[in-house]
Amino acid sequence: MNKKFILGIYDDEDVLLTAIENIRAGGTKIYDVFSPFPVHGIDDVLGIKRSRLPIVAFFAGLTGMSFALWMQIWMMGFDWPMIIGGKPHIALPSFIPVTFELTVLFSAFGMVITFFIVSKLKPSMKVNVFDKRSTDDKFVMAIEVKEGETDVAALNDLLRSNGAIEVNEKEVVK
Amino acid sequence: MQHVSPIREPLVTGGKTYHDITEDVCRQVEAKPNVRWAAALAVALVGLAIFIYSVYRTLWYGIGEWGLNKTVGWAWDITNFVWWVGIGHAGTLISAILLLFRQKWRTSINRAAEAMTIFAVICAAMFPVLHMGRPWLAYWVLPLPNTFGSLWVNFNSPLLWDVFAISTYFSVSLVFWYIGLIPDFATIRDRATGPIARRAYALLSFGWTGSAKHWSRYETVSLILAGLATPLVLSVHTIVSFDFATSVIPGWHTTIFPPYFVAGAIFSGFAMVLTLMIITRKVFYLEDYITLEHVESMNKVIILTGSIVGIAYTTEFFIAWYSGVEYEQYAFINRAFGPYWWAYWSMMTCNVITPQLFWFRKIRRSLTATFIISIFVNIGMWFERFVIIVTSLHRDYLPSSWAMFSPTIIDIGVYVGTIGLFFTLFLLFCKYFPVINMAEVKHILKSSSDVKYPKKAATMHATDKDLNSNTHHNE
Repeated sequence: MNKKFILGIYDDEDVLLTAIENIRAGGTKIYDVFSPFPVHGIDDVLGIKRSRLPIVAFFAGLTGMSFALWMQIWMMGFDWPMIIGGKPHIALPSFIPVTFELTVLFSAFGMVITFFIVSKLKPSMKVNVFDKRSTDDKFVMAIEVKEGETDVAALNDLLRSNGAIEVNEKEVVK
Repeated sequence: MQHVSPIREPLVTGGKTYHDITEDVCRQVEAKPNVRWAAALAVALVGLAIFIYSVYRTLWYGIGEWGLNKTVGWAWDITNFVWWVGIGHAGTLISAILLLFRQKWRTSINRAAEAMTIFAVICAAMFPVLHMGRPWLAYWVLPLPNTFGSLWVNFNSPLLWDVFAISTYFSVSLVFWYIGLIPDFATIRDRATGPIARRAYALLSFGWTGSAKHWSRYETVSLILAGLATPLVLSVHTIVSFDFATSVIPGWHTTIFPPYFVAGAIFSGFAMVLTLMIITRKVFYLEDYITLEHVESMNKVIILTGSIVGIAYTTEFFIAWYSGVEYEQYAFINRAFGPYWWAYWSMMTCNVITPQLFWFRKIRRSLTATFIISIFVNIGMWFERFVIIVTSLHRDYLPSSWAMFSPTIIDIGVYVGTIGLFFTLFLLFCKYFPVINMAEVKHILKSSSDVKYPKKAATMHATDKDLNSNTHHNE
């Protein structure tokens, strides 16, 4: 199914923020906004909720820590106990460095892998970008056109009156 | 709204726009390799060839090709290992610690500095692996089931902690660097004209579109990774110093080692960043992004860490005297006045005296002076590790086993070779990857460029949302 979008192109992030605010206040639903760099304050005006990735990082780190402690205690204390330097078999202080490193390793990788999965980012040859200038110097606001519902001319006026330097139409083939 | 003092110097000069940043950074990625770059790569490849030959000799004939003896069982290999790991630390410091401190000047140097970290760690890892003698059995350092070897690895050994520290450091740095590269790869992809370039950068960019939701998550991920990398980088050199500090060799068995090593690592790393960036900015015409302000900021870090290292040297000496331990006292007097006095005083001159010149603003802002001093620091920090390792070992508890160490041509070859390896990787990076983090520089452009942007009449939304405020109402 093909989807149609109206793209408002902006060249300044402050104008963009005000535009998003006004357009959303008027009841128009914004599909997505694309920018060449993270625009601070856009989460609030677009109503994007705070990411829960830090929670993932915490639990992944906890897993790493538990795994490291279990591994060292089991290997050194139970599977093949040896006396090394007269220390106890389970010498917790000397297990701390490896425990710390594995905590960091699991936490970082757990979070980053989750980030790629939830954002559906993966290596692929074909990338659908609405407007290629959005990775250079333009900010692109995409609004979905619903057949019979959306008044394209009115939308054009709305975007232009809110500072869009250009308004384009784009069809995305699914 | 974050307040930027009007007297603060701009971080991006030349009246750049967002598009100019894209153009300036993508230029050398898209252009044909220039002659100077190709010449530099040729020199680096000669270094790489020396490396390959020396490694071949080391593996074919064994560790006997090195100048090690029964008394000095560790010399250039571990010196070079610590030197390279230390150099790597500046990259993480710039990208992670300065991100947490909200230092905007990091943005134009963090990419290259992180690349330096990764390549330096690769070079560092060569030494312990080669010193194993049989590197094809390197996986024995991993905790693999008993049937692989005879026993589990020893988790009480600092050398094993090193295995975990260095491999975690390498992989987390790589991920951190790559996450930062994704949006910039997308920029190159969307500009690419050739079919190969477009496909290659499309693959590298992981299908990045710059959607607001993705940026929001991206920023969270960067912040958490910075938070993880900060204690990680401190832990890595702490653990490297444990290799020495947990032993009973006079001159090594000191509690000052972890902070002293970390400061030294940052010191040498910043020197290497300066050496590389002074050349890179010139070759790729990036003077508007890596300004004198950046050089001066880095020089301030050098003088701070250099002074910490100086205090550490003095403290070591004092504690050796104060401890009343004869062996300890002898180790230090031998360092300064024994047969390796020249190494000790080279270290003192390069690390403690020369960086003090940076107290003068004129020298801090002079590119030539900075370049020369940065080389001095690189040399001084190599000597520091050499002094710590060789002077402590060559006169052990038993005078009949006292010996001297002198490197063989293969020792020198492996060391010079890793420099070749490093520069080969760095030059390839410079050509095919964006050397400056475009997205981050664009992000600070409005607040930190020399173009004055008119203040918005209604500042309803903070443009620099450093603190997450979820109290904004739209309706």
